[in-house]
Amino acid sequence: MGILEVKDVNKRFGGLQALGDVNLSVQENTVHAIIGPNGAGKSTLLNCLVGKLIPDTGSVLFDGQSVLGRTPHEINQMGISRVFQTPEIFGDLTVMENMMIPCFARRDGAFRLHAIEAVENEAELRDQAEAMLDDVNMLDKRNMHSASMSRGDKRRLEMAMCLVQNPKLLLLDEPTAGMARADTNNTIDLLKEIKEKRDITIAIIEHDMHVVFSLADRITVLAQGTPLVEDTPENIKGHPKVQEAYLGESH
Amino acid sequence: MLGLEKKDATLLLIVFGLTMLAPFLLNPFPEGSAMAQFNAGYPDLMQRFVIFGIFAIGFNILFGLTGYLSFGHAAFLGIGSYAAMWMFKLFGMNVIPALALSVVMSGLFAVLIGYVSLRRSGIYFSILTLAFAMMSYALAYSVLATDMDGPDRQGLLQKGLTGGETGLQLTLQDPRILGQKAAEDGNLPVPNIFGLEMRSSAELELGNWVFTFSAGYYFSAVVMLIAFYLSIRIFRSPFGMMLRAIKSNQQRLNYTGLNPKPYTLAAFVISGMYAGLAGGLMASMDPLAGPERMFWTASGEVVLMTILGGAGTLIGPVLGAGAIKYMENILSKINSDILHGWFAFLPDGLEDFVVAIIYPFIGKGWHLTLGLIFMAVVIFLPGGLVEAGQRVARMFRGKKAEDDSKSASTEPAE
Ligand SMILES: Nc1ncnc2c1ncn2[C@@H]1O[C@H](COP(=O)(O)OP(=O)(O)O)[C@@H](O)[C@H]1O
Ligand SMILES: [Mg+2]
Repeated sequence: MGILEVKDVNKRFGGLQALGDVNLSVQENTVHAIIGPNGAGKSTLLNCLVGKLIPDTGSVLFDGQSVLGRTPHEINQMGISRVFQTPEIFGDLTVMENMMIPCFARRDGAFRLHAIEAVENEAELRDQAEAMLDDVNMLDKRNMHSASMSRGDKRRLEMAMCLVQNPKLLLLDEPTAGMARADTNNTIDLLKEIKEKRDITIAIIEHDMHVVFSLADRITVLAQGTPLVEDTPENIKGHPKVQEAYLGESH
Repeated sequence: MLGLEKKDATLLLIVFGLTMLAPFLLNPFPEGSAMAQFNAGYPDLMQRFVIFGIFAIGFNILFGLTGYLSFGHAAFLGIGSYAAMWMFKLFGMNVIPALALSVVMSGLFAVLIGYVSLRRSGIYFSILTLAFAMMSYALAYSVLATDMDGPDRQGLLQKGLTGGETGLQLTLQDPRILGQKAAEDGNLPVPNIFGLEMRSSAELELGNWVFTFSAGYYFSAVVMLIAFYLSIRIFRSPFGMMLRAIKSNQQRLNYTGLNPKPYTLAAFVISGMYAGLAGGLMASMDPLAGPERMFWTASGEVVLMTILGGAGTLIGPVLGAGAIKYMENILSKINSDILHGWFAFLPDGLEDFVVAIIYPFIGKGWHLTLGLIFMAVVIFLPGGLVEAGQRVARMFRGKKAEDDSKSASTEPAE
């Protein structure tokens, strides 16, 4: 059984069937890409995994436990971290503070009132945060005001914030959307590096075929809310159904 | 020092020095001089500075850090005052237990009001807190002010829990089971701390200057310093950082495994307790509690103080509270006779003209001045008086500051 098991998930928005009988199994320590044309339901599926949306029917099991009915912070505490389509960081805080928050979340859980001790004194967490920043080559930016950074740096920071939690599953929603080629390649390298360094499962939604084919172990093609095929990148490339539904039109 | 970074410790020391020397600093003009009416170094006003300072420091923990704008914090001020008064009536005149009850009661009410109000955010949160405060006002004004003793008895609850419009006052019939029912001279007893009466004071005459050192002021000032110190610790703590994260991006916080609700509620309760402490101190300085303390204008005032001084900064709320209380008490005392006195050197026609122009902004018109200053601050100095101070400091540092600002362009733009 995979670390993530999606079974018969349906989701309607009014008259629109955004997801129809989605079945998906993501194996541990693989990179699983979900591709499909715009409006195929990729983000909707991802939102059903992290507690932002609740499917109408079906089940979502992570590590053998159902995530349905849980809030986003509970699901994160189970070991799922998420990177957004446009980077979501704490813009008013410094880079280092951005990193400290997931460190606290991981150590102390969803809530702990430590109102008197100074953040400065948390040497152990600070070391973790700094080591992670070093991994993504951002240590020199640690005291920067995070809102003032480039989009590429915000994306790196957001990934570092997710990774420092040591999640079992990392979800990425079009991490390279709107990025220049160079930034896209940097992101690919970063993700490859991450894969090499640790045991992590990654589920990635992506539009950019270059990204998908250089990273993914398995690919699921979604069209109109339903999985069309699931296979290895080599087989997907030549698959006639895929050519027709997706690659043909957007490439 | 005291677990603070050097910068924060310095700030605390400066505030300590200023509050301890306030009776001198606020009385710069000799007695009887034309400028003497600008002196603010009398106990009553100095007490108000520090008490409203506490109120605003607490409010800033909620509003400045989380961005949740409560329009009902005066409810906790009132609850604190009533709680302290009941302590004075039932047990005795020592202010320590009275303040303890003020903090506990306002904290309990804050849990309730905060729990309900925080189900919404933004303007709806503000409206909910306003509604709660107005309900508290209505309860104190009438519902809880009805005779709860029964028609034939003249006991403690004859005027209800709050005393209604006239407020809750001490009487000689109060039980005060742990203290004296009356003072030695048969009058009402006075709030004290282990015997030292809050209203007692010493005067120092130096030439034409008279300085007053009041026990009440110094006690309130020490309480404010403790409150200020705790707020610095909160600002620098993981909890304070979470509160800023809530203001910055709640969505990210949720997806980082943290639940914003208990954090905001804790901030709400802490700031409610600060307000209750301020209310209890008011009752300790002048043993009387009335419903007007909970009126919505009082809630609005602390919002003005915090924004005027600089929301989210450590010292801003204290400055804002001082500035507003100074204007309220000093500007409002200036009347047209005084103005004529100042401008007597001008030719008659011109004198009348100048006085006519200035007149609307003083006396009862001080609100007009406050409004103009507030608008100017919000438009030109979004960081409040603290930002004004920083800009002035930067100007004086001159060249060096120019180099700094190049690297500082990446710093928070608040
Ligand atoms: N919250 C929503 N309410 C109504 N319709 C939605 C909502 N979210 C997505 N949809 C619709 O569901 C379909 C799938 O959207 P989405 O999952 O965002 O697609 P993708 O991410 O694959 O481009 C689209 O037709 C979109 O308009
Ligand atoms: Mg999408």
